[in-house]
Amino acid sequence: MRILGRVGLVLCFGTGIALAQNAPPDPKNPAAPAAAPATAAKGTVPNTIEQRVLACGYCHGKNGEGARRSEYYPRLAGKPVEYLYNQLIGFREKRRSASPIMTYMVGGLSDNYLHEIAQYYSGLKPPYPETTPRADAETLARGQELAMRGDKTRDIPACASCHGTGLTGLLPAIPGILGLYPDYIGAQLGAWKDGKRNSVAPDCMARIASRLTGADVSAVSAWLATQPASADRLPLAVGSMKLPMECGGAPSK
Amino acid sequence: MNRLLALVVVLVILGGGYYFWRYEKQGAAPDGAAPEQSQVVRGEYLARIGDCYACHTARGGQPYAGGLEMETPFGPLYATNITPDPETGIGKWNADDFWRALHEGKSKDGSLLYPAMPYTNYTKVTRADSDAMYAYFRSLKPVRQPNRPPGLSFPYNQRELLHGWRTLYFKEGEYKDDPAQSKEWNRGAYLVEGLGHCNACHSARNMLGAVKPGDEMSGGLIPVQNWYAPSLTSNKETGLGTWDVKDIVDLLRTGVSARGAVYGPMSAVVQHSLQDTTLSDLNAMAVYLKSRAQGAAGEPSVPTTVTPTAEQTSAMMETGKKIYDDQCAECHQAEGQGVPRVYPPLASNQSILMGFPINPIRIVLNGGYPPSTEGNPRPYGMPPFFQDLNDDQVAAVVTYIRRSWGNSAPPVSPAEVVKARGVPTD
Repeated sequence: MRILGRVGLVLCFGTGIALAQNAPPDPKNPAAPAAAPATAAKGTVPNTIEQRVLACGYCHGKNGEGARRSEYYPRLAGKPVEYLYNQLIGFREKRRSASPIMTYMVGGLSDNYLHEIAQYYSGLKPPYPETTPRADAETLARGQELAMRGDKTRDIPACASCHGTGLTGLLPAIPGILGLYPDYIGAQLGAWKDGKRNSVAPDCMARIASRLTGADVSAVSAWLATQPASADRLPLAVGSMKLPMECGGAPSK
Repeated sequence: MNRLLALVVVLVILGGGYYFWRYEKQGAAPDGAAPEQSQVVRGEYLARIGDCYACHTARGGQPYAGGLEMETPFGPLYATNITPDPETGIGKWNADDFWRALHEGKSKDGSLLYPAMPYTNYTKVTRADSDAMYAYFRSLKPVRQPNRPPGLSFPYNQRELLHGWRTLYFKEGEYKDDPAQSKEWNRGAYLVEGLGHCNACHSARNMLGAVKPGDEMSGGLIPVQNWYAPSLTSNKETGLGTWDVKDIVDLLRTGVSARGAVYGPMSAVVQHSLQDTTLSDLNAMAVYLKSRAQGAAGEPSVPTTVTPTAEQTSAMMETGKKIYDDQCAECHQAEGQGVPRVYPPLASNQSILMGFPINPIRIVLNGGYPPSTEGNPRPYGMPPFFQDLNDDQVAAVVTYIRRSWGNSAPPVSPAEVVKARGVPTD
């Protein structure tokens, strides 16, 4: 059904959807922002994905760099397509309930369109913000230990065991976790603990977060946020790592 | 050997057939005969027009398995499972039971249904259409999901009291054609007043949650959700008298039109229901709706609020213009003319000029996207401004768009914005 829908979508590109358009889409790559003129003539609107997602960029940054005004608008750029897509579906289906505005924004958008939006942001590469340490050395050391080696005694896998040794993510659906603000990371781990962020079962992050103490969360968020990130460091290829646990949002099979 | 094999095959087929027949007889289809496929298809179409999905499906849940919480001023109600599961759904219902629910508002056991189920409208549905919908729901995969009892507060949890309510507000009976009107008009009336149950939202409800006779489709604030569903009978609001039939059909089918876009709860109605309606049925609905919009009759009373003084209003117009030019004009255009089917026009847009200003305030605060539909699969969106603009600024820009380019609606006070901020987005 979804595949059929995608085919339909591709056909629609060719015929033009908006009545007002002055830039016929490139049939080979309909989402290519490069095909759009910089400015539109009066009363017309570029028929581009860029123009269609201006509403998203208002909070998440024009190029998906995030944090326009607040640390709670995460970077979208460069994250794996399927990760972004899962989150959009999660908001639509209310699996993620901590951001009702997101449920409101995407509540009426189709799978195909959300996938296209995910694809668009995944392909952007704006620079990362500067990182500044905001914690003492002891906290950072504890955070590093948890992130890179985990804690076997409490059955906590290292972040690196799923998000990649460079923490840049793993295709198709595990995001990189560098270049995010500590408050954002902490809020996500907290939301998993409180059941406000849910993934498709088995929800591996919910299980891991439930084993973390408040101090663990602060430490790991602080350390991750101090690590330098670069837009050129891409997520690892599909199947390049064996995950330590089953994740519904990132099936290994 | 081959003969033996053939005999076995024949016996298996016969046995299977008998088993199937018995099964049908005993459990799955109390009515016996299997419905014709064409009836199922027609039933699916009618169920779409009725938008049964909207209430009987929880977000992220199985279609028609119920569970959606419907907040009402009297406490929460939970939509029921209408898949053919024998224990938790309508698996044991026959076509008469189904008809009784639609037509009389009674459950299989005779208990009275709460009128959140719009049987006040569905009573107009013909028996043939009810049977087709029944056939469709029988054809679905049964989903085992127990119903949640209503969480109504006393005395509303006393179902017996519904007898009184029904005496006052429920008139049972199929739709009767008006011989003075065209076939198309009558078809439109049948759909709008019946399955479409447009007046369930587009009418004011009284203290007992009822639409007063005569107030149908004259506009109303939707309880709890706090969106104002505009009057469909007053041209001053969203009465469609000045609209072309084509624009009405565009709006209902695709969610966008040259005159404006759908938003709020209407978005889901277009997505799950109206976009699948045939053009001829949509035309019929448009013809009927257009005929119902006559002048300013039935205009709802505007709530009394703090009205800004002339001096305050002119200051707001000045601030509002700056904000508009800076933040809004790029999409809605300098003169509020919008871009057809992309960014709604604001000049002469009835939707922002209504007495109740809550809709334009909420749109400025939260932005939004029209729904993805077959006719408009990749809608353009509007960002939320709730963080960047304070209450005074939102009031100013909404006042500005209500009073510019020929628009002349009353100004909006910051107190109205404060109220709107408190409304949950979903």
